[in-house]
Formats: sequence, structure tokens, C-alpha cells
Amino acid sequence: MPRVLTGNRLETGDVLWWNGSDWSPRIADAVAIGDEGEALVARLVAEERINDPVLIDVTGEPGAFVPTTTRERVRASGPSVRADLARGSLSVEVI
Amino acid sequence: MYRYDQYDQAIVDARVAEFKDQVARRLRNEITEDQFKPLRLMNGLYLQLHAYMLRVAIPYGTLSGTQMRMLAHIARKYDRDYGHFTTRQNIQYNWIKLEQFADLLDDLSKVEMHAFQTSGNCIRNISSDQFAGAAADEVADPRPYAELLRQWSTLHPEFSFLPRKFKIAVIASDTDRAAIQLHDIGLQLRRNDAGDLGFRVYVGGGMGRTPILGQVVRDWIPVGQFLSYSEAILRVYNRYGRRDNIYKARIKILVTELGIEEFTRQVEAEWALLEPLGLDAPQAEYDRIIAQFAPPAFDPAANDDLDLSDPDFRLWVEQNVHPHKAPGYAIATISLKPRAGIPGDASSAQMDVIADLAERYAQDEIRVTHSQNLVLAHVRKSDLYAVWQALEAVDLATPNLDLVTDIIACPGMDYCTLANARSIPIAQKIAAKFENDIAEQRDIGELKIKVSGCINGCGHHHAGHIGILGVDKKGEEAYQLLLGGSGAEDASLAKILGPGFDENGIVAAVDRLIAFYRSARAAPDERFLDTYRRLGPAPFKAAVYG
Repeated sequence: MPRVLTGNRLETGDVLWWNGSDWSPRIADAVAIGDEGEALVARLVAEERINDPVLIDVTGEPGAFVPTTTRERVRASGPSVRADLARGSLSVEVI
Repeated sequence: MYRYDQYDQAIVDARVAEFKDQVARRLRNEITEDQFKPLRLMNGLYLQLHAYMLRVAIPYGTLSGTQMRMLAHIARKYDRDYGHFTTRQNIQYNWIKLEQFADLLDDLSKVEMHAFQTSGNCIRNISSDQFAGAAADEVADPRPYAELLRQWSTLHPEFSFLPRKFKIAVIASDTDRAAIQLHDIGLQLRRNDAGDLGFRVYVGGGMGRTPILGQVVRDWIPVGQFLSYSEAILRVYNRYGRRDNIYKARIKILVTELGIEEFTRQVEAEWALLEPLGLDAPQAEYDRIIAQFAPPAFDPAANDDLDLSDPDFRLWVEQNVHPHKAPGYAIATISLKPRAGIPGDASSAQMDVIADLAERYAQDEIRVTHSQNLVLAHVRKSDLYAVWQALEAVDLATPNLDLVTDIIACPGMDYCTLANARSIPIAQKIAAKFENDIAEQRDIGELKIKVSGCINGCGHHHAGHIGILGVDKKGEEAYQLLLGGSGAEDASLAKILGPGFDENGIVAAVDRLIAFYRSARAAPDERFLDTYRRLGPAPFKAAVYG
């Protein structure tokens, strides 16, 4: 099962996904993380600029990854009860 | 209402300056997140699913119009134009940025507000009766005593690192509108035959993972000594409360494990040592604080008649307006459970309207209820129609207080990192079945549905006539159904009825419960809770599960 890397930006708390070279606010930009994931997380923890960096399981293909847990789907889409605050990169319908 | 003196403001200013420095050091990477996290939590700042969440304290749920307008300003400037009023009479913002936090704290402190002690293992915001100072059945306004507790507990060095969080509620009538038996300490102000004021003291109540009703540790403590007695309770808890297991760290576990008799013995022994030390506030301080809660100058000539010829207004008055102790005045509850709304949420525009109404019509006071509604406690009856019209214009005049659509719901997994399931959509789906038919809601009568997204119980599911608890079932959201709880003076804990449901299943199950209740009640005015207590769970279980 593919994994992607996510966390929250220290300064803003924004939910972010790793796109291979930088952070993106869209899960659609996320890249699958291979065996290097744990080392990447350890580096990010040490850098102290991204809070709670974590690898999460997803299904689907790059550009259309969908987290396997409801919690992470809510993080990716925005609150399911506020369509006006949706992030846009993952429909609340998938929650 | 209470206004800060120089000491109150100095404490807040010093704490704000301290935390602003801690934020700046974190942003400069001079301290790690592990070091910063406990500091931000002590200042009410969480990291939730989507962003930082800030919980602002509203002492005993009382606000001025100026303060409410500042809350609206904060929603508009630092958040996404809304706030969420909570079951502990506070307000939460869901989209706060750490880099703007210093300015936010400055704005809050300008109106004598802050966010500290809204998290962490300390004495949290003191809660009280939303009708305080207006209810005909109170022996005195309970808020001066809540304010004294606020001052005593603010940054109390001995009680800043308790085994676990600690919640105190204060009321002054036999009708319990603050769920005192579900608090760590519940204080009921009473008057004895000699006319003296004193407190009945409950201890060890709470919801969460291990719901327990509070027990009476002392039936009467003179009002002048309640502070030292509270200190004795906290001392016993702080000394013997378990710190080895977070799930057994609340005072309710200590009281249960010791038994109320032994716990009482220890508290009395501690108090015997403490009381002579002069920890209680001097009478002058009582007088100073009580004077700030002096009743408004009610107009003795205020008209006691009410024109109810507008049927929609009449509906709102019948459902959301309560008698006031002063002739010609009334208590108006503003429902934050509008059609298709989110329980407890208010936009900044709505907050501004409420601030305006409080200033113009309600002696400049607003109350937050633990049921996530707001109250204008002192409204002339002759002004009620104007108030209702203004509320109606901004979708705040839903006439559903204590009815099936007046549902408590925590933020749940739409916002909260602790949640196992979403709460708000469940509340919305249940409400959607009834919200277009107010006559049907009124026929069902008082029905308190409370939804929590996890075992911590911020949605008070254990105190619900119908309680719903979101759980994780192999990665999927699932919901347990509980019946028979009450947070009122007839307090009881809801019990699980049977196997859980998925999202649609729980909504259908509530529907079946209500249909059965309507067929089984002994009289049209027998409440759901009373029918349940009379019949027991079996027929309700049969109605739900077949």
C-alpha cells in the first residue's frame, strides 16, 4: 500500500503533504514515499519546522491518493460539515 | 458584572508577555516542539486536525457586549469568521496561526480576557448557571463565588500541575442548570433557616471514560469558608490522586477508590489544619466582588404584559423565554442550533448582533450555556419583540430550546485530533428529521440528545436523555447508543442500550426510539427521560433492535 508524508506547518498549523521536494497544501500533489520515509520523518522531526510529521497509508494513484482512515481523509478534505472551507484537493464526498 | 482591578490586569499582562516570548522563541527554533507543547497547552492552544485551535476562557459563561464584539473581531481577523461555543461555556477558534498569536493575545487582554487554564492539568474555567442573577429560584447570585474561585485558582502555584484537569461548577438554586454533579467539585449555594449562606459540596463527579456522579462531601460549609474547604479538597487530590495512569488520574477515581467516607475524613483533617491559617478571603473582598455583581437597576414600572399576537414570536417566547425574578423582565435564550447549523457555532456577524442586543436591551450581559446556547438574562418584556426580530434576521431565533433539535455536539472528527468519529453530521441528520416541524418537536417535548466523538465525552453523552458516542470500529466510524442520562438536579448516567450502529443506523435508531416513546408515554407531558425511567431499557431496546 502506498504511503505519503504529511504534517502541519509550525507557523500556521496548515496541513501539508510532501511533493518530493517541498510541501504542498494539496494531497493531490503528494508523492508516494518508499523506504526512505522513516529517515525523512526523522530529519523533519529534528528540523522542528513541521509538527507531527507522519507517514500515512493511502489508496489510489499519484494525483488521486485517498487516505485509508477517515481521520486523514477529513484532514485532506477539510471539515465535512463546512463545504465552504474545503481544501479542494480531495472531495468531502470521499469521507 | 466583574471588572478587572489592577492586579487582575497585571496578572494577565504578565502571562501574555511571557507566552508571547515563548511563541517567539518557538518560531525562532530556540525551543523544540516537545518543550513548547506543554507551554502552549497551558495557554489554551492546541494543534488539531486542520490548524491550531484556541480555547478562550469565558469565566462562568458571562460576557459583556464589548467582549462579545472582541470575540467577533478575533473570528474575523485571525480565524475564518466564526467561533464555536463549548459545553464548558468557553469559545474555540479552529483556524488560528501561531505567527499571529501575539497580536491575538493583545486583543483579548484589552477586554479582560485570556486563554490560560483552558487546557492542562490545572483548575479550568469555573462554570455556573446561565440564569445567574436573573432566576427567581436562586438564593443569591452564584457568580461572585465563582469569581472568587477564578481569582484563587488563577495561576495557583500549588495546583498548576495536578494529576489531571479539574473542573468546578457553582449554582445557587435547586434547579441545576450547570450539571454540578458531573464536575470534580460541584457547589450549590443554599440559605439555612437562620438566613445564612453556605454551600453543599459535591465531589468526584465527571464524564469521560469513567462516568461517575458526584457525592456530597459536606452538606454545609459556611460561605465564608468555602475557599479553604475547596483548597483542602484540592490538597488531598493533589497528594493522593494517581499520576501513574492518565485514565485513573481524575479525582473521581480517588474518591471511588477511597470511598466517600474516607475521602471526607481526609478532607476534614486537611481543612482542620488549613482553616486557621486565614486562607479564606476577608469580608471586604467578598463585599468588593459581590458589589460588582449587584443587580441592574430594574425599572419597577416595567410593563409585565406581552403582546403575543405574532404567532412566530409567541412560539419563541413559549420555548426560549424564561421568567425573570424582576417583574416586567424576562430571560431570553438564543439558540445556536439553527436549521442545518452546527451546534454552538456563531459567525462573527452574529456575534456582533448579539453584542449590540446585549448593550441595547439586556444590561450589557451575555451568558454562554453548557448546552452551547447563549442567553440575554435581563430583557424588558416590552423589548422582547424587538430582540426577537433582530435575532430572526440573523437566523438566531430558532424556537427549539431543550427540544429534539437542540442537540449538544462536540467538534468531533471534523476538527478534533482525539475524536474517533464525527459528531456534527450525526446531530445534523437527527435534527433534519424534525427541524421543519416545530409542532412535532413540541409534541415530543423535552429531549436532550448529546453527541460525543470520543470517550472523553466533551459532548456530554453520558448526561443525555439520548447519548451518542462515536467509536472507531476497525477504522470505520461507529456509534454507541446510550439512554437515561441527565445533567440536571435529577442527575443520572446514561447506559449503553445495545450494539452500535453506523452513521445512518444511529440516526434511524434515534427515530425508532422517539416513535416508541410517543406511543408509550403515560401522558402527553411525560418526558422521554421519565418514560425511560418508568419503563426501563427493555422496551426501548426492543423498539430499536427488534
